[in-house]
Amino acid sequence: MEIPYTISNRPDTGLWNAKIGIWLFLASEVMLFGGLFSAYIFLRLDAPAGVWPHGLLNVPVGTMNTAILILSSVTVVLAWASLKMRRYRAYWWYMLVTILCGIIFLVVKLAYEWPQKFDHFGAYIKPEALEKYERYLGNHRLAEKGLPLRVEITGHLHNHEALADPNIKEYEIGLDPVNADPSNPAMDRPHFLYVPPTDKVGTIEKADVERATMFLPTHSTYFATYFTITGLHGLHVFGGVVVFIYMWLPVSKRLYQRNPEHLANRVEVCGLFWHFVDLVWIFVFPLFYLL
Amino acid sequence: MNNPPDVSPDPAEHEEYAHNVQKHVKGYLVVGAALLACTGITVALSYVDFGTRKANIAVAMLVAMFKAGLVGAIFMHLAAEKRLIYRVLVFTGFFVLVLFWLTYLHWYDPVSR
Amino acid sequence: MDASASPATDHASHSHDAEHGHHELGFWRKYVFSTDHKVIGIQYGICGLIFLFMGFSLMMLMRFQLAYPGHALPLIGSALGHFFGPGSMPEGKMAPEFYNSLGAMHGTIMIFLGVVPVAFAAFGNFVVPLQIGAPDMTFPKINAASFWAFFVGAVIMVASFFVPGGAAKGGWTSYTPLADIADTGPGFHPIFNGQTMWILGFIFLITSSLLGAVNFITTIIQLRAKGLTWMRLPFFVWCQFVTAFLLLLAFPPLEAALVMQLMDRVAATSFFLPTGLVVNGAAMHISGGGSSILWQHLFWFLGHPEVYVLILPAFGIVSEILANNSRKPLWGYKSLVFSVLVLGFLSFVVWAHHMWLTGMGSTVSAFFQTTTVLISIPSVIILSAFFISLWGGSIRFNVPMLFATAFLPMFGIGGLTGIPLAFNSADLYLHDTYYVIAHFHYIVAPGTIFGLFAGVYYWFPKATGRSMNEFWGKVHFWPSFVCMNIIFLPMFLQGMLNMHRRWYDGGQGWNLAGEKVWGLSGFEWNTPISWAAWTMGVAQIPFIINFFWSIKHGKKVSDNPWDATTLEWLAPSPPPHGNFLEAPVAYRGPYEYSLPGSSKDFTMQNEPIESTERTPRKVEGEPALV
Repeated sequence: MEIPYTISNRPDTGLWNAKIGIWLFLASEVMLFGGLFSAYIFLRLDAPAGVWPHGLLNVPVGTMNTAILILSSVTVVLAWASLKMRRYRAYWWYMLVTILCGIIFLVVKLAYEWPQKFDHFGAYIKPEALEKYERYLGNHRLAEKGLPLRVEITGHLHNHEALADPNIKEYEIGLDPVNADPSNPAMDRPHFLYVPPTDKVGTIEKADVERATMFLPTHSTYFATYFTITGLHGLHVFGGVVVFIYMWLPVSKRLYQRNPEHLANRVEVCGLFWHFVDLVWIFVFPLFYLL
Repeated sequence: MNNPPDVSPDPAEHEEYAHNVQKHVKGYLVVGAALLACTGITVALSYVDFGTRKANIAVAMLVAMFKAGLVGAIFMHLAAEKRLIYRVLVFTGFFVLVLFWLTYLHWYDPVSR
Repeated sequence: MDASASPATDHASHSHDAEHGHHELGFWRKYVFSTDHKVIGIQYGICGLIFLFMGFSLMMLMRFQLAYPGHALPLIGSALGHFFGPGSMPEGKMAPEFYNSLGAMHGTIMIFLGVVPVAFAAFGNFVVPLQIGAPDMTFPKINAASFWAFFVGAVIMVASFFVPGGAAKGGWTSYTPLADIADTGPGFHPIFNGQTMWILGFIFLITSSLLGAVNFITTIIQLRAKGLTWMRLPFFVWCQFVTAFLLLLAFPPLEAALVMQLMDRVAATSFFLPTGLVVNGAAMHISGGGSSILWQHLFWFLGHPEVYVLILPAFGIVSEILANNSRKPLWGYKSLVFSVLVLGFLSFVVWAHHMWLTGMGSTVSAFFQTTTVLISIPSVIILSAFFISLWGGSIRFNVPMLFATAFLPMFGIGGLTGIPLAFNSADLYLHDTYYVIAHFHYIVAPGTIFGLFAGVYYWFPKATGRSMNEFWGKVHFWPSFVCMNIIFLPMFLQGMLNMHRRWYDGGQGWNLAGEKVWGLSGFEWNTPISWAAWTMGVAQIPFIINFFWSIKHGKKVSDNPWDATTLEWLAPSPPPHGNFLEAPVAYRGPYEYSLPGSSKDFTMQNEPIESTERTPRKVEGEPALV
């Protein structure tokens, strides 16, 4: 006996096997990311006022990556439609675009966005020393307007060795614009375009610092959730790209010649996964980049 | 929107079938454009002050839900899918809501806060 | 048995034709890297049984420390010290850290490497496709991947005993912040330490369960034989179906939590570490802002459905055996099916009853107390239906039936003693005492594991073509049954004396204040319990020998030795690749025993309904489930 319904539909369910399989898999993926987003909500609700950071990520780059993922979702569905219309050539091109989009997304994420964060520095000031750094924080004006106070000074760390060497007593920071010009009302809300650290150098004594790290996962629960969720999402993108490359290689041509519907089914299943990855990003993007 | 039917083995019908799928292709392109537009809208709205941050979050999530709905309904063919798949998803959706809602409730209603 | 009555024997002559189409696979492809659901099921089964014994052995070691705290373990103590590395058993005495490792790994191994692989993966893989008349699982390669993911996870778990510092010590629940900071610091490798390896191993196990669950559900939906409608499915298949859904949807949130705990340990994040955490008198250098309650929520979101993952397959096995050996239909088939569906559904919304002590408000408590009490209703329906099924039957007390009938009161005790724990006022007192240990062990040990033994004895002839020895089966059953109760009944007493479940000295200090129950104080009860545990260890030897001996030398039996009705008994024993010689067709329900007017007392599902049947049972229509 052979396993039935691998390509054709079972009459009473109207579905072939892998279609059910992928949807069940996606259901479990929904629960996986559900757990992560649930943790995000829990931690964000638990965070004291003003501690959850805003505007630390590069919005234009994030927007571009979102657009790339959406584009790849369109091309993968077009690739599937091409197969349904038995146009292998078009399928091949659409698939290539999808793969390239996935690779671009990953490269932007791993080679540009993440390293840029790893290279950024932030120092949380002890509550009793906040007054001392008023010139970088501008808290008097914020308190007047009823806005949450700033407790962190960020920028480019000039003396990297200060992180490990206990003999160095202070951090020298090329200040971010918000700390370079804290009384400017334009700094109260995040910027759309990324503004690099300024030339203005601030000096912060280690004794006044509660905690100072680069923008690593350990920096805050915000970055912890950001790196975990985008990392896991990135793994999904990577998995999708690997499978798509397999579907695009000459093996797929041979399968197409043997049974085009079988290849179309495979592409449909992988496409469903890819759309799901896109769907997760649709929520990740505003939650981390914008809000 | 209905899904394109399976290819008929009869070559005479193939022409009409290809035409049928072609109509869907236009739909996919329109949805893709709408998704891109919504992305722009999300970004723009995040720089509009809706009074509180909660309001901003609500607006952004509404747009995101709409986008997710488009992807699900059109790209993932959920607009016209088999009952079995709806069943699986309804259960999953319910349990996800439980996961969200009760962790929220626990945060909201502890003995000491 | 009248062999000619079995339709399966007709196929014996065809068996050569069926094998003709298959090319022979080499040894490795056939027995090791096989994609055949039967081979994978047997692989899971043997691995799982080994792990069950391994997990039990850990507990036998702990029982010595509990009964004789501070004494050197005679005979094997120093050898174990060498085996598990320095610091585990100095001078043959168990170190506290090693005791904690044993406790954590006992729970993990028993549940995730023992019971789930045997109950769900082994029986599910071997029996479900046969019972639904399918040639294999829908995705054979994914099935094999599932087993190998399990295997890798198991290897990582076991290997963690031998890294510096030993295996995980945070309990099978790995509560944070303890689990976040355990096994870190000087003397521990950043990755190859007990707790981190526990997480990594667990992620592989979850992957394995996920792949298995997708496969099971798709198989049951898509590959049912012609005529095998939903309401004609054997109850075992229903149980596996619901179990697969539990694994599919409950495990991922734990996977998310494990990834976060991994980040906490490897990347120094603070998902589960609160602000201002002080460890050993020093403030931790962390960002804070996390919540250890979050871990508990995500853990128990899996943890509670997991309980039903452990018990539902046992329900299924027991139902098959009860119907078969009482020679009458399972009572209340439809109510059983709907009960198991409701059970599966409700199991997702009761998890916080494991967390009464975390300070939930009255709203949340009320919600979870209500759902927890609600879930006892379907459980009671199932157990009652099983008892009623026995009523008026001509019962055959063979070995599977002994285990299956023993399951019923044992599960009953376990279930009923859970009700006080459902109410937070009672739980405040009983929480984390031996009462809790006794409660869930009654469900899982004499409950589920007896169900598993019943299943092994029952389906062994199908897998090998030979039956296991009845006499030695009874020698296995009776001491196990007696010892189980000597082990777990006194634990209720200990729990009500408020003895904490994690005490390293077995409550020796508590003994001073403890009152005597039946002549022994709470601490003194440890001694009979421990001796019973070791006796039970000895009582498993007949089973082990019987199992392996019978593979080659057991009595040869026909394809349907139990005169059963379900489709798996139609296939040759052992079934060839592809299972059935021709696709079976089902004409009737799964438990047509003692059909009035029939010449024999069982009517298989593939026998067409004849006009001579005096009172043909109503044929169930297709309910709207698909």
